[in-house]
Amino acid sequence: MARFPFSAIVGQDEMKQALLIAAVDPSIGGVMVFGDRGTGKSTAARALASLLPPIMAADGCPYGASKEDQARYPGVCGTGKMVKRAVPFVDMPLGATEDRVIGSLDLERALRSGEKAFEPGLLAKAHRGFLYIDEINLLEDHLVDLLLDVAASGENVVEREGLSVRHPAKFVLIGSGNPEEGELRPQLLDRFGLSVEVRSPKDIEVRIAIMRLVAENERDPESFAARWAGEDEAILKRVAKGKARLPKLEAGDDVLRDAANLCLAVGADGLRGELTLMRAARALAALEGAKSVTRKHMIAIAPLALRHRLRRDVLDETGSTVRITRAIAELFG
Amino acid sequence: MTLDDTADPLDDAVLAARLFALAPAIFKGMVLRGNSPAREALVAALGAAVTLRRMPGHIDDERLLGGIDLAASLSAGRPIRQTGLIEEARGGALLAGMAERMDGSIAGRLAQALDEGQAALVLLDDATEPEEAPPASLTERLAFACDLSTSRRWQGVELAPAVGTLAQVAPLDDDALRALAATADALGVESVRALIFAGEAARGLAALDGRGAAEKGDLTGAVRLVLVPRATRLPSQEQEAPPEDQPPPPEGERDDQSDSEQQQQELDLSDILVEAAKAAIPADLLAQLAQGKAPRRSSSSGTGQKRKAATRGKPLGARPGMPRGGAKLALIDSLRAAVPWQAVRRREAGGNDASAILMRKEDLRIRRFEERAARVTIFAVDASGSAAAARLAEAKGAVELMLGQAYVTRSEVALVAFRGTSAELILPPTRSLTRARRTLAELPGGGGTPLAMGLNTAREVAEAVIARGRSAALVILTDGRANIAADGSPGRPQAAADAESAAKAIYARGIDALVVDISARPGPEGAALAAALGGRFLALPRADARMITAAINAVQPIGKAA
Repeated sequence: MARFPFSAIVGQDEMKQALLIAAVDPSIGGVMVFGDRGTGKSTAARALASLLPPIMAADGCPYGASKEDQARYPGVCGTGKMVKRAVPFVDMPLGATEDRVIGSLDLERALRSGEKAFEPGLLAKAHRGFLYIDEINLLEDHLVDLLLDVAASGENVVEREGLSVRHPAKFVLIGSGNPEEGELRPQLLDRFGLSVEVRSPKDIEVRIAIMRLVAENERDPESFAARWAGEDEAILKRVAKGKARLPKLEAGDDVLRDAANLCLAVGADGLRGELTLMRAARALAALEGAKSVTRKHMIAIAPLALRHRLRRDVLDETGSTVRITRAIAELFG
Repeated sequence: MTLDDTADPLDDAVLAARLFALAPAIFKGMVLRGNSPAREALVAALGAAVTLRRMPGHIDDERLLGGIDLAASLSAGRPIRQTGLIEEARGGALLAGMAERMDGSIAGRLAQALDEGQAALVLLDDATEPEEAPPASLTERLAFACDLSTSRRWQGVELAPAVGTLAQVAPLDDDALRALAATADALGVESVRALIFAGEAARGLAALDGRGAAEKGDLTGAVRLVLVPRATRLPSQEQEAPPEDQPPPPEGERDDQSDSEQQQQELDLSDILVEAAKAAIPADLLAQLAQGKAPRRSSSSGTGQKRKAATRGKPLGARPGMPRGGAKLALIDSLRAAVPWQAVRRREAGGNDASAILMRKEDLRIRRFEERAARVTIFAVDASGSAAAARLAEAKGAVELMLGQAYVTRSEVALVAFRGTSAELILPPTRSLTRARRTLAELPGGGGTPLAMGLNTAREVAEAVIARGRSAALVILTDGRANIAADGSPGRPQAAADAESAAKAIYARGIDALVVDISARPGPEGAALAAALGGRFLALPRADARMITAAINAVQPIGKAA
């Protein structure tokens, strides 16, 4: 199936924003997408991966190691010369076994020569790219634990089947799921950096526009891609500039205090919410090319950074997003 | 392609099959419901146009995706690869029987293959129970769904070849797109994927006849084949008692009406489509909607979390056995088992065998996994008038808190409510807080206390849970003051006797039970009920939801495998 250009995706602004922020600052910790089936969640994620410029990676290395990786993981990463390769996008199926995810003993080499070798799994493949998991809420718990653990540490440590391997696995985890079909445990949700809510577009005009674009792409993917190349290029530039700007930006004390107050007001306990809110505000400022991180950035990103961290209040039926916007209105007017 | 009331469902199924055969890569496949001669005939006819590859339900990852053929590798002494079924079926379609029992992990693989355009799929759905259905992750991704269970025909089924091709048909114009989008809205079809399928189906229908552009009839056909099976509500019923979980009427439609004349014409077209759709909506959908049930598409999913295979979980070590039926080979343990015999075996082989390791079948070890039996806690909530309104709110709160904890431990919760003269399972076992909250909020109070009915319903739910290999526990929140008998007649003595025998039936079945007395001043009834159940009893003074939960947890930790 032809990749759909990122800029040709109609609507889904919140999801696109979250993905771009994760692209600017991958350390933000993944994006959880709540939404119904058939709303273009995976299309958007794939589109972003194919939009990003190719990375330089060691030739033939199963991990797609960078120069730094080669220095940090001698003997693990390939030593081949650097060649261009596309940003990896790994689509993890629901039924994936632990073996396939973390990697396992290389059966072929073990059978042939009795040699104990490591066969890298999906985590290795996703290094420096995106790991997309549809219906993550239906995934086995121990796998979700494992994924979040690796995503947070940026390293996959395998100690099993007599293997002892450590390899880099830095990726942006994108999970999606429909809460009506079972929810993710709160402690797991909390570990996602951002969360977005994707709805099927209700506006008829939007739906028509989507049908038209998809049909055009189906008919002639090449000229379709060419038509959107300019806009994709512009987004790419924004991401690249944002990345370059990111280290120079630091949130001032006043914004930090605002963020802390907001987290307190909505009852997003734990330091993680505050930290992510700050990071996300910073990445947003960088993406927008702002000179400094302001309260405006923090407020704009607060629903994405906090809504999945609120403690559930039995007596309060209002949704998390409403609670956050209400708190913002009360605190900052 | 006229709308004929006497038309056999097979006609549309044949049409859908012709479309699928026209462009398998676009339409991805079809779901065929109902085990009937008509379906067999259709599958046979489809098989003549598209290569169908049967996929057994017990297929493992290696066979589906390809991998090392262990048996062949061992005997040959070198790794022998096998191609996966998905690859073998490329260009044709996979045919999966009993799709309603398909494992979630296989569905995940197939969904991915569908998305990547590597596979097409025909699902045979033999479901008889309303809660059974093929995985929604697959049905959503396939263009067509046909119900052939009522078809009376099976002879002379063949797929006439298409006159034209899809590429020869012009793209749909804006009017047509708008009409399809409006119709999807009217039918409550939210998925954009469905809308895209519908557009392609309209063009496909034109291609079947060799026309260069889709006409009105093609659009009605597309609506009937793609959108109607996905309908979640009936069009234009003037919002008279809409099913509550449906979205509000789309704004787009209202905007259209106030707009220009040209759009008025487009609306006419969509009106025609909506009418066509109404005519094609099957009777059982009406019945389902009347009962306030969600359509089976959305009510059935999450097979992944329910059916836990013994092939996953925490590893426990290895035992001798063949790696088949989903069991995984424990390679290191197998090698370890083979090593001590190498010298002997080499002597036996007399140097004729050059492979590094001589392995025998008896060396093979398979991995064992710890599997926790999923636990379902069934709450039976007394919503009668005597369970005062305030206490009902507390009970509701307690259930919500319990659910919050249940999903921490991955256990599930079901909800039975009894009041007036009936008891009802208002929430089948679920882990969804969203659904539970909505159901609870809508639970009304008042009326008599049909305790026996409540107990019986709760027992039936528990038995169904146990039958599926999970463990069940009951938490009964009531004041114990039964005044409606099992047959619905009023009168305390009979009601109490019935409640007692219902309780004893639960006890006899060996189901764990806990009675939480939610009356304002606990009397002896609650304790007596607990005694009959052989369960524990909690008389709670005025407490908030949190205290009830704490009490329940103290007595019976939720989520521990039984």
